[in-house]
Amino acid sequence: MSDLKKIKDEFLTKLNGKLNLSEINEIKSNLFGKNGLISSQFKKIGSVVENERKKFASNLNVIKDELQNAIDNKINEIQNLEINEKLEKEKIDVTLPERTFKRGKIHPVSQTIDEISSIFSEIGFSVEEGPDVENEYNNFTALNTPDNHPARDMHDTFYLDEKKEKLLRTHTSPVQIRTMLKGKPPFKIIAPGRTYRSDSDQTHAPMFHQVEGLHIDKDINMGHLKGCLNYFIKEFFEVKKIKMRFRPSHFPFTEPSAEVDIGYEIKDGKIIIGEGDQWLEILGCGMVHPNVLKNVKVDPIKFQGYAFGIGIDRLAMLKYGINDLRAFFDCDYRWLNHFGFDPLDVPTNYRGLSR
Amino acid sequence: MKITFDWLKDHLNINLKEEKLLDQLTNIGLEVESLGNLSSGNELFKVAKIIKIEKHPNADRLKVCDVNIGEKELKKVVCGANNAREGLLTVYAPPGAIIPKNKTKLVVAKIRGVTSYGMLCSESELNLSDESDGIIELLKSKYEKNIGKSYFSKSNSNLIDLSITPNRPDCLGLRGIARDLAASGFGKLKDLKEKKYKSNSKQTIKIKINKEKNQGCTIFGSCLISNVKNSESPKWLKDKLVSIGEKPISAIVDITNYIMFDINRPLHAYDADKIQKGIVVRNSKSGEEFTALDNKNYKLDNGMCVISDNKGILGLGGIIGGTRSGTELNTKNVLLEAAYFEPRSIRDTAKKLNIDTDAKFRFERGIDPSSIEAGLNKAASLIKEICGGEISKIDIQKINNFKKKTIKFDPFSFERVTGFKISTKEMLKILEDLGFKIKKDKKFLNLTIPSWRPDISQEVDIVEELVRISGYEKINIINPIKERTKSTLTQSQKLFHFLQRAIASKGYLEAITWSFTDSNYNNHFKDKNKEIKIVNPISSELGVLRNSIFSNLIMYMSKNLDRGFKDLSIFEIGPIFKGSNPGEQSTVVCGLSAGKKNRLSWIDKERDIDVFDVKRDVIQTLVEAGYNSDKFFIDSETPNYFHPGKSGRLFLNRGKDLVAAYFGEIHPNILKNIDIKTDTLVGFEIFLDNLKLPKKTLNDQKTNFVVSDYQKSERDFAFIVNKNITSQDLINAISSVGQNLISNIKVFDVYEGSNIPENQKSIAISVTIQSFEKTLNDNDLEKINKLIIQTVEDKTGAKIRS
Repeated sequence: MSDLKKIKDEFLTKLNGKLNLSEINEIKSNLFGKNGLISSQFKKIGSVVENERKKFASNLNVIKDELQNAIDNKINEIQNLEINEKLEKEKIDVTLPERTFKRGKIHPVSQTIDEISSIFSEIGFSVEEGPDVENEYNNFTALNTPDNHPARDMHDTFYLDEKKEKLLRTHTSPVQIRTMLKGKPPFKIIAPGRTYRSDSDQTHAPMFHQVEGLHIDKDINMGHLKGCLNYFIKEFFEVKKIKMRFRPSHFPFTEPSAEVDIGYEIKDGKIIIGEGDQWLEILGCGMVHPNVLKNVKVDPIKFQGYAFGIGIDRLAMLKYGINDLRAFFDCDYRWLNHFGFDPLDVPTNYRGLSR
Repeated sequence: MKITFDWLKDHLNINLKEEKLLDQLTNIGLEVESLGNLSSGNELFKVAKIIKIEKHPNADRLKVCDVNIGEKELKKVVCGANNAREGLLTVYAPPGAIIPKNKTKLVVAKIRGVTSYGMLCSESELNLSDESDGIIELLKSKYEKNIGKSYFSKSNSNLIDLSITPNRPDCLGLRGIARDLAASGFGKLKDLKEKKYKSNSKQTIKIKINKEKNQGCTIFGSCLISNVKNSESPKWLKDKLVSIGEKPISAIVDITNYIMFDINRPLHAYDADKIQKGIVVRNSKSGEEFTALDNKNYKLDNGMCVISDNKGILGLGGIIGGTRSGTELNTKNVLLEAAYFEPRSIRDTAKKLNIDTDAKFRFERGIDPSSIEAGLNKAASLIKEICGGEISKIDIQKINNFKKKTIKFDPFSFERVTGFKISTKEMLKILEDLGFKIKKDKKFLNLTIPSWRPDISQEVDIVEELVRISGYEKINIINPIKERTKSTLTQSQKLFHFLQRAIASKGYLEAITWSFTDSNYNNHFKDKNKEIKIVNPISSELGVLRNSIFSNLIMYMSKNLDRGFKDLSIFEIGPIFKGSNPGEQSTVVCGLSAGKKNRLSWIDKERDIDVFDVKRDVIQTLVEAGYNSDKFFIDSETPNYFHPGKSGRLFLNRGKDLVAAYFGEIHPNILKNIDIKTDTLVGFEIFLDNLKLPKKTLNDQKTNFVVSDYQKSERDFAFIVNKNITSQDLINAISSVGQNLISNIKVFDVYEGSNIPENQKSIAISVTIQSFEKTLNDNDLEKINKLIIQTVEDKTGAKIRS
């Protein structure tokens, strides 16, 4: 009995001291080796008097566990120490820069087109496209702008042949013609794309972007047009209310025609949409002219509807505070980086158009 | 169209403010483009008297004048005018005044050593006439009492510049604008009962309109005013013209201009004595020439409408007169013309000859054919009043009778188009105010269209008039329904979208560049395409449609490198052109990268960006877009703008597709040629229209989820092959072993050099073998190994390296 206690106390004291791994192993074999102090005690169990045997055995087991635990803990402790020492040596300066990464960006015009598509998608418009090179008929004549019409003077057209039959489209409206020629009403489309006019100064670029809208059905009237644009402008500028003004105007392909102004004010050098008493023209629209419908074999007695054309670059400038139209196409790395959008910023309805 | 509120009041009874006017103009579709005050600063110009003149001490031609400007002290002014003399009444401009002619601001200045306080003005300097010889001489009797007072009469009326849409020729005259305003409830239109003059003398110059095909003139009205004395216009007329920014010339010209602006009736005045034996209105013959009032000589084509006499052409009808018969200050007898010219004829001629005049602008939009007599009557009366003389009767020649158009209008169509209602009574009022004659016919209105409205021809035009005048603000907003019956984007539009953002996510900045380009740049990249020229480019550097996006990208890349950036990646997605017909274009994603990977990195090795970087971008993008890279096939046939040895062509599927993409280094010669400051430039083109769209959606394409949990083994092989054998050949050979056992093949080393025979190379490949049915034992694996080696050797002539 006292033997056991002695062994226990002696070794627990040892194990409390400073040891290395081999010393612990020595202790381990001293205790639990083939002829170890504890092992040999177990061999004794048979020779202990019967009425004490049980107590002896249980006592022995407790002590064995106690010592075993102490050894395990000590080993753990040493291993931890060693690992920590190693880790300490491996320490690096994590403030050193990461491996380089390159961030790509989406052009603000592309982003704006996606925003516009997303908004009109909600109210049932689908996206149509047309070629950049158009014939004179689709760009003008079919749109009720015959060749002696003074309205043609407002479009400084790039021509690709001397006869002036092929040209770079001056607006996205020819997509109306193409869409209606290849299908049957109802039509509910938008058509964003590149447009061209031979005009170049601070506020005009020879290439710019427009989005065309067309909604033709049995009973679409100017109220629907107003509602659609009102919705669009609110959504696009992400404001709760807007000030919008419809102003009579003239386009050969719509009758009645309107230009739409939105109210704004300049606060601290920034333009604020929807407030103030300044007006800014942002788009042209109207009810599709019966002559246009006749040209595309749609019966103007049965069908009517509206069309609109919006300058995309202008919208992007307003929304994102860009002052210079020419910079859109100048491809300055710094500008693209500054005004570009992360490719993961896909405008969606549920996440919102912009962050 | 420039107007003033004051002038409008000639036609409008109104007591509202100008502010209201501006809003109302815009509300009825006469957009106010700008608002200016021509007369601001005009009060500075004062009537002054020269009291004393001395010779300038340092200049023979200059005089130093002491001028009384109504203040205690006289002002010293240096003046060079010959007519400057003591006692002369003239106009003085003080320092600070802005001279209307050249817009310069006067300052106190030393002129040859003598300080001059202001300036004495000529008529030309005040934009009053072209008279620049000497300073203004004012009548003593009239101006003596005005010394020190402002020379110009006060005008509170701003200059309002309206943007008149091409459908509204009637609003190119003050009268038309007033009529629209009155219809909208802004004032009341004055009934101008012009007195018709009476005359007994006949118009003695014979006028004839030739009846020819496409005769551009259908009505020619005229009257002769004899023994006039052309002079300066009276002040009220000058003021009127000056108030809208026009320059007075002489009474006769000013009167015709005044009537043009007032009622949009262009007139032309001939010096009747210069007309030889009557006037013939006819089509021109090719080669005929004449000198116009703009002092240019025009050579005419066949069929242009000309006013001619015995000697030749007097003028282009409705566009511009000729110098030969123009009126001058000494003109004695005046023939006044008021005619109707067909818009189409005017437009064709003006376009061919490239002439733009006020008359042309009006006639091509359509002048009121019924305004001929009124115009002649008013002009002749004014000429008589101002210049004296005798007026003849009005002579009118015509080859066509103008018929007034009528429309049957269904009042219900208004609500159908606009979505709101107005009462028939309201409709009638608006239309009557606008000059329509109305007859009710059951539920319809039979409308006679006023002769000054050539733009109105059908029912919807009437709707437009009604909604325009009642106000667009009355249109109710009908909110859109959020409902979608058709998907927003087509599959190829979705692909466009996806590729755009996939490439951007690889570190490329998206650029948008012109669809046209510099032919010098385009030539490098047009490959086998033909050049497509723009007939009227904005500059020679933007003279052709681009055959490839590379031309613009490389140009801008070069500009950015010049800005001092070194490692750049840019891309554009957009059209390239193959021909000048609609549809001969395709959509391309084109990217360009310059510079190094890991420039100045503390951790990674620096290296030039290379073909395999750009290849990764292309392949990864295509894989992300849903294409199976196992089927990709690559060869080295690329256009000549790529480095012939370091570029590749990619097909989605061998032998079944058009080229999906090119990638590689840009040809070094091009870099040299355009002197771009980078060591390496790699690029790619992905051809959207060549990417076959899967028939099924990506979701439907997904096969069942099948994986094997049996043990896989990796085996490495090193083959020695001829140099012309590609790694793709080896991979294809290995995968052809198939048997559903080859799950992955990876090239991990390529080696040429010692130990390898010349013209050969060693390619080391790791193959992962795994069965879906069982764990393969050594025996199975050995069999496959042998099969792989056998197949590769047979198919490629390779030898396994032992």
